[in-house]
Amino acid sequence: MSTDQNDAPALLDIRDVAKSFGAVHVLRSVSLQVTRGEVVTVIGPSGSGKTTLLRCVNFLESYDSGSIRIDGREVGFRDTGNRQRRSEGDLAAMRAETGMVFQGFNLFPHLTAAGNIMLGLTKVRGKSSAEARSIAEHWLGRVGLAHKADSLPAELSGGQQQRVGIARAVAMGPKILLLDEITSALDPELVGEVLEVVRSLAEDGMTMVMVTHEIAFARDASSRIVFMADGGISAVGPPREILAADNTNERLRTFLARFRASHF
Amino acid sequence: MGYVLNFNLIWRHFDKLWGGLLLSLELAVISIAIGIVIGLVLAVWYVSAGRAVRGVIAAYVEFIRNVPLILLVYLVFYGLPTVVDIAYSAQTSFVATLALYSGAYLVEVFRSGLEAVPRGQLDAGKAIGLTPWQRLLHVRLPTMLRITLPALSNTFISLFKDTSVASVISVPELTYGAQWINFNTFRIVEVYLVVTAMYLMTGYILLFALRLVERRFRAAR
Repeated sequence: MSTDQNDAPALLDIRDVAKSFGAVHVLRSVSLQVTRGEVVTVIGPSGSGKTTLLRCVNFLESYDSGSIRIDGREVGFRDTGNRQRRSEGDLAAMRAETGMVFQGFNLFPHLTAAGNIMLGLTKVRGKSSAEARSIAEHWLGRVGLAHKADSLPAELSGGQQQRVGIARAVAMGPKILLLDEITSALDPELVGEVLEVVRSLAEDGMTMVMVTHEIAFARDASSRIVFMADGGISAVGPPREILAADNTNERLRTFLARFRASHF
Repeated sequence: MGYVLNFNLIWRHFDKLWGGLLLSLELAVISIAIGIVIGLVLAVWYVSAGRAVRGVIAAYVEFIRNVPLILLVYLVFYGLPTVVDIAYSAQTSFVATLALYSGAYLVEVFRSGLEAVPRGQLDAGKAIGLTPWQRLLHVRLPTMLRITLPALSNTFISLFKDTSVASVISVPELTYGAQWINFNTFRIVEVYLVVTAMYLMTGYILLFALRLVERRFRAAR
């Protein structure tokens, strides 16, 4: 795992991003670079801006200032540099370059597992439905759900739904995968199967930014951990450094201590 | 004074009732079909529009919902042609009125359904790169339909019964047929008993059919 990010050009380049809801500063000048193949986990107390940051990356949320680039292209605004919002069609095309997996799964309830994956492939990628079906089946196989292709979301467990959610996102062939607390809504016994899928995608070299409360997973699977507090990045570094008991960042130590007390 | 029920005269004129029922159904189907188009278009427009458009749509809905249908029927059939130079049959006039009327009710049904689609599903649609139209067509409308089906069934049944108002402008639907038989035979109890049974049975059959559709869709929730 590489920890030195300076030589490779960043696939995701977040610079000085700030956002407020009224008087509340959700993000204060956040900068973060992620290189191809990296797995970055974002931890921090609730309300620290983790999810908002992730949602800015595919422009589900807009931001007030700063820039977010994927592969050199500004995500939500035209490349002219004067913060002119992209057209809806342009935004849709940009978003297709990132995959997102949600805390609440957010599967389309009227479509089968395969149908959920095929929708983007046929409508956005322009695949024939036979082609889309075979891609869907491939990814369902990868997440261990080949036998559930024709099940509706309501017929699947939470863990299974979330694996379909992951398959839906990666089947589009995104440059980067955004995972937003994807195990938080799951019963504890279902968390493992979902994390296993994420781990195997990481081994394939998928670039990921993952907001999570699974500290053990962050320790084992990520190249870097980002610790957010009060809308800013308070610490960033390789897992063993961030999670070290003698880390000098007091907020981080307090967060981890409180976290360990409640989870172990 | 014993009133003796005698249905013979009713059966002799039953073609008036049967033909009337078929016309009632026809009026309902055409009006509701137009009403669905009005309702869908305005509901989709409403949820994506600014305040001015919302105000206009809300005014239409409130106007229709707060004026008795029978009054609207009179206004369109007798009122409008005296002001503007148009002529139409009673039947066309009624279909137009009931379409506008059902449109107003259906806007409300569809609008609340559209607003009830969970935000997460729309986010998921955005995240895979669907355009706004594709999100509407492939994510929002299908889910809205499942949410609104029970309310839609009730509205349809209610609108079917509202076709009886067409009798006031002599459209020969079921209630008009009943009145005609009553005037000509004075068998008021018998004729209205039969017609009640006919409305009841048709309503139940419609309800049953709609519940079947609902169940099919609910399985897919």
